[in-house]
Amino acid sequence: MRALGAILVKDLRVELRTLESVPGMVLFAVTTFVIFRFGLDRTSLDGSLAAGVLLATVLFAAILAVNRIFVAERDQGGLDAIRLAPVDANALLAAKVAALVVYLVILEAIAVPIFAVFFLDEWSALAPLALVLLLADLGLAATGALVSSLATGSRARDLLVPLVLLPLIVAAAAAAEPLLAAGAPEYDEVATWLAVLGLYDVVFLLVGYGVFDFVLED
Amino acid sequence: MATSTKRDNGVAEVHDAQQGREPPAIRLAGLWREFGERIALQDVSLELAHGDSLVVIGPNGSGKTTLLRVLATLLRPSGGDVAVLGARLPREAWRARGRIGYVGHEPLLYRDLTVSENLRFHATLYGIQAPERRIDELLERVGMSRRAGELTRNLSAGMAQRAAVCRAVLHEPELLLLDEPSAHLDPEASELIAPLIAAGAGRTCVTVTHDFRAGLAAGGRALALGHGGWAVYSGPAEGLSASDAEAIYRGALR
Repeated sequence: MRALGAILVKDLRVELRTLESVPGMVLFAVTTFVIFRFGLDRTSLDGSLAAGVLLATVLFAAILAVNRIFVAERDQGGLDAIRLAPVDANALLAAKVAALVVYLVILEAIAVPIFAVFFLDEWSALAPLALVLLLADLGLAATGALVSSLATGSRARDLLVPLVLLPLIVAAAAAAEPLLAAGAPEYDEVATWLAVLGLYDVVFLLVGYGVFDFVLED
Repeated sequence: MATSTKRDNGVAEVHDAQQGREPPAIRLAGLWREFGERIALQDVSLELAHGDSLVVIGPNGSGKTTLLRVLATLLRPSGGDVAVLGARLPREAWRARGRIGYVGHEPLLYRDLTVSENLRFHATLYGIQAPERRIDELLERVGMSRRAGELTRNLSAGMAQRAAVCRAVLHEPELLLLDEPSAHLDPEASELIAPLIAAGAGRTCVTVTHDFRAGLAAGGRALALGHGGWAVYSGPAEGLSASDAEAIYRGALR
């Protein structure tokens, strides 16, 4: 926990100082909403279409942060420094997952109200979405941090991350879409889809925990 | 000229235990390291007692940095037996980590943190309680007290190297692995860091240097690696003359 906290605080401090990831994600999301607004030529969305627009936008915006999350560790010797220290390597992965969740929550705190302004007639449906988005964020962060750690040593990192991450995240997106589309607790399959989303998170957190040591090895 | 004491480490450790001796700080027996088709180190063997110093010399590409990274547990050996601070690598690397200080080609400092933030970060990783006094003392000793609040990206290479030395010795390691520690440093700075990276008082030092005259003159033990990563010489530093060292650099002595 000591190392996890130190790495997370370090990452957040560097992000606050450099503004390398979150502002870019927010700008990307807003631009995408504008494109959807004029591309679909609709002032109002609901159901699956609204859920799809929101999910796709968050997912593609997240790739910007996923691409960068291990760059400082690789380029500035953080991986070596952490491997020299008497800490569990998984603390690094856990800190990166936590940092990505923080970035995604900040992104959504700004982007979802903007999405509502662009496309929703009714704002009351937004509140129940928070849990769904949080579960989706955790899954996206767990998968993204693992993929980023695998791709970060590659010259084709910017290409590899979306090519590997997007197929892996399909299951989480498929589980989140009906929950976001329903937007209300009476939907009879809510529990099932929440369980699927939760299971996805647990599986990818465990996969990361199981393989990260090998990823770090030379 | 090469000396080699190839023994199985497991057997050697049992032997040490039976004799009531502490195992050496470093024991290499037939170390190999390959990167794909390229062989970086071949059949390197040596023993280094606790508190001793070892200077490693050799031309570019002879495997000096690879050797240091293997000893630092950052690279897995491809073959042979390697024991560092009693921990057999790579299986027991976790036992050695935290007891090693490493200064490599990169300072291992985050460019967007200040010098003191970097050192506090490393102090937390190593579980150092209330590290402020230790950080202040180290920065004072390397002449960087007034640069503590500066972002590392704004430091010159020499200042970053001073900060890297502070990082490496912050946790008072038992084994210091130094890859050209005086790189980028002016003579005054080299003098400032010298006491921090000296062997002795239970601290073992392995130093890679191209300044073989100064390295051999400092005494201790020497390891000369030739082209192809062979150990051309392994023994007391005074046993290797400057002219032989020059010949190793020219590739005339293999």
